[in-house]
Amino acid sequence: MLYAVVSGFGAALVAPLIHQSVRRWSGWLLVLLPLALFGYFASHMEQISDGEKIAFAYTWVPSLDVELAFMLDGLSLLFVLLVSGIGALIVLYGSAYLADHPQLGRFYAYLLMFMASMLGVALADNLITLFIFWELTSISSYLLIAFKHDYESSREAAKKALIVTGAGGLALLAGLILVGIEADTWTISELASRKDVIQEGGLYLPALLLILVGCFAKSAQFPFHFWLPYAMEAPTPVSAYLHSATMVKAGVYLLARLHPSLGGTDEWHAIVTGVGGLTMLIAGFIAWQHTDLKKILAYTTISALGILVFLLGIGTGLAVKGAMIFLLVHSLYKGALFMVAGSIDHETGTRDIAQLGDLAKSMPFTAVGAGLAALSMAGLPPLLGFIGKEIIYEATQEAHDLLPLVLTAAALLANIFNVAAAAMVTLKPFTGQAAHTPKHPHEAPLAMWIGPVVLGGFTLAFGVASNLLLKDFFAQTVAAVYGKPYEVKLGLWHGLNTTLVLSVVTLVAGGLLYAYLRQILPIVKPLNVGEKLGPDRLYDIGFEGILDFASLTERFFQNGHLRYYLMTIIFTLSSLLILTMTTQIDFDSIQLNVDDVLLHEYLLAGLMIAAAITITMTSSRLMAVAALGVVGYSVALLYVFYGAPDLAMTQFSIETLSVVVLVLVLYRLPKFKDFSTPRSRARDGIIAVMFGGLVTTLILIITSEPLQSRLSPYFAENSYVLAKGHNVVNVILVDFRGFDTMGEITVLGVAAIGIFALLKLRPSSRKEE
Amino acid sequence: METVLAFVIGILFAVGIYLMMRRSLVKLIIGLGVLGHAANLLIFTVGRLTRGEPPLIGKHEEVLSGTFADPLPQALILTAIVIGFGVQVFAAVLIKSAYRIVGTDDLDEMKSTDETQP
Amino acid sequence: MPSLILSTATRYLLPLMLLFSVFVLIRGHNEPGGGFIGGLVASTAYALYAISSGVEKARAALPIEPRYIIAVGLGIAVTSGMISMILGDPFMTSQWLDTVFPVIGKVGTPVMFDTGVYLVVIGVTLTIIFNLAEGE
Repeated sequence: MLYAVVSGFGAALVAPLIHQSVRRWSGWLLVLLPLALFGYFASHMEQISDGEKIAFAYTWVPSLDVELAFMLDGLSLLFVLLVSGIGALIVLYGSAYLADHPQLGRFYAYLLMFMASMLGVALADNLITLFIFWELTSISSYLLIAFKHDYESSREAAKKALIVTGAGGLALLAGLILVGIEADTWTISELASRKDVIQEGGLYLPALLLILVGCFAKSAQFPFHFWLPYAMEAPTPVSAYLHSATMVKAGVYLLARLHPSLGGTDEWHAIVTGVGGLTMLIAGFIAWQHTDLKKILAYTTISALGILVFLLGIGTGLAVKGAMIFLLVHSLYKGALFMVAGSIDHETGTRDIAQLGDLAKSMPFTAVGAGLAALSMAGLPPLLGFIGKEIIYEATQEAHDLLPLVLTAAALLANIFNVAAAAMVTLKPFTGQAAHTPKHPHEAPLAMWIGPVVLGGFTLAFGVASNLLLKDFFAQTVAAVYGKPYEVKLGLWHGLNTTLVLSVVTLVAGGLLYAYLRQILPIVKPLNVGEKLGPDRLYDIGFEGILDFASLTERFFQNGHLRYYLMTIIFTLSSLLILTMTTQIDFDSIQLNVDDVLLHEYLLAGLMIAAAITITMTSSRLMAVAALGVVGYSVALLYVFYGAPDLAMTQFSIETLSVVVLVLVLYRLPKFKDFSTPRSRARDGIIAVMFGGLVTTLILIITSEPLQSRLSPYFAENSYVLAKGHNVVNVILVDFRGFDTMGEITVLGVAAIGIFALLKLRPSSRKEE
Repeated sequence: METVLAFVIGILFAVGIYLMMRRSLVKLIIGLGVLGHAANLLIFTVGRLTRGEPPLIGKHEEVLSGTFADPLPQALILTAIVIGFGVQVFAAVLIKSAYRIVGTDDLDEMKSTDETQP
Repeated sequence: MPSLILSTATRYLLPLMLLFSVFVLIRGHNEPGGGFIGGLVASTAYALYAISSGVEKARAALPIEPRYIIAVGLGIAVTSGMISMILGDPFMTSQWLDTVFPVIGKVGTPVMFDTGVYLVVIGVTLTIIFNLAEGE
């Protein structure tokens, strides 16, 4: 199973190369991977339907208890089949949609990377593994939204999506860690059995809130929903795949996955149902006020995600069943409709529904796919959408613990909006009067209409033969979310009951809304206060505030004078030191001990001081360099006296090289000059002397206390025994602290490359290229 | 000896800081060098001084015994010396290139040229 | 600065110092020395040669471009750390051969790592010195 996940990342690496070598046929070649994955996962269908679970774990970071653990059960199978199946259709669709785009290879790479990440999210059985794949989907989404990166709007949209989902991701990580701590396990499939421990622990509420923020941000729930409409800047295949069918459902997936361990509490019901309900109503209300195909679809997507969250919040067996069926329904029809919207845009040059009409004649295949999808969206029999809607109504009526009447009314309203939107995105473009479009409309290529038709076909097949095709499998899916076995019965006909009446009401009201749209729009326009006061505006204000604050502090601290930087550093450091010293140190304990000092050591110290003072006084560059050398060689001698031969040898060599380098550099620099006024020199002198005095005091304090080192005795005892070396210093460098040394030589290498670049690469030579 | 070195190090720090606060580029580089020595000596002194007993395990022994100089600060300083050299040279070359392009070695003037450019 | 004595002296000194630097590197695990010091000794040798006889001659005396030595050294250092991963231990766990070789002594991944350090130091220093000395 690891290969199934990793193969996508591997393919992402080679996709641009494949595209370069086979050009026109790259889409048909690359589609083989998602198809193969779909086949691989589908082959487990029977096992899963029998109630089996397939788990794999690979050690990853054993010291942190992080495993690369994967598990396939009913819930994850539903997701991976959607991800790989729709992924295959999208790769094909994208190959035609972006056929003339110079960076199609890169598009494949991002798309496959996303697919692999999403598979990882759905399969992960370890909290940390899940989080990492979760973030990978955010990053690939960012790259895909910004695919047309030469447009500012694309970049802004991508940034907004990344910041919102990324911030949510951070909250999620914190929440997951809290859950992991409380449950004392990082394995997701073990969480459910510790439900009581988690829910009764003091960390439950903060963990729940943090996780919900992450899920809501990812699944575009109010008040984090605003990034999703912007994400429509992405090429349409991306919108179809990430921003309707799969990625935005990651939040829903995680809610479903954690429902057995976190769900069922009052807090869960209140927040999840409330936010979901609010989202489905607000977004549904906005959806039919737009005329841009993609905008309408984006808001109905948010609304549909709201419905899913709303159902998971209710959390009864029936509601969970409704959520899972509706998830499938929505992925199928919304993926199809987005592809249709893309095809219309591609073939006519516009996606404003006011400019479209009568396309069914010129684009018959696309129209078939669109029709099936829209009927499912509106919830008409015999399509799967009808079944989904029926179960939703049943679930809201049966939620006796909550407020069935309110819930049912909310669901009804959301579905009415959905019907109107479904009519808008298909009836308007495909029927009625032919309209004048920028391009003369004709049928899209095979690769582009096959997607909607296949998805539409599935919707129809699942609807007609729901019990036969889906019953056993969904029983497992629902069980995985519900936490215990649940019998799933599906069918088109449930008898003449309230639910059927509600369905009819939905259709009629939705139809009326569509029919009288022109009359209703002016009435509701004043109700849209969101643009001025909504979360999107708050985000913008907050974002600009941060930028302003940053430039303000930068103007203050980065004033362009090195000495003021130094003063800031010295001032801060000194203040902290003095504060600590005056409050914590007993100055009487300082010992000034010079009894053991030998004569030549006094001479050496005197030499160093004399050389140091010479440096500040001299007006000759060479003299300064020479004096610096004297300090260096004196330090080396000191190392010799005090048992550090390695240091002495290093210092001697370095000192020699330093002098060579300094002479080479200074040779070309002007003579010493005094730029500063005597006053500023006096000021700097006082600061320097005070800081020097502070350092001296600090050393005296430290050396007056006995040294307690636990590391040095360890090295002394183990250098030979463990690391087979007699020279302890060298053993520390190459063995005990080898990793540090590795970092250090890397830094050295980087510095050398930087120096090389500074010396040898000139702006002028760049122009010549 | 720690007491004597404490004063030496204090003076080296003062000299290093003072030189780095000057406007002349060349003094900046030299100040950086002095500061490097001061910091290394600080680590060395704080790790305590032991005269003439390098941390080498005898030919036929397995552990370091008796009095010996602390190997840990030595290992730290050894890398610090080399890295310090790298930093110092990098700074020197950077300054040299800047001088060649800007044509002044006065740090304050460098700031103003930066601002007049669009 | 062509000084006859210096250039003649360094010409004979160069191989001797290089040999010495290798000696310092190898014995570094048991006596004072090691990759850093060995590398510095070797670079000092080349630096002196470059100053006395000119950068061109010093470059000619070096089989490959110093920048590539950095890459090779880093590669060796990383590889030495990876060996333990192949053997199933965490990154950079030291591995030793049981046989004791004449002159070199015991052979293990820390020695290999130190060789990497040695090469990186030479590469870095010579990249700096050669390019600086060549000037504009």
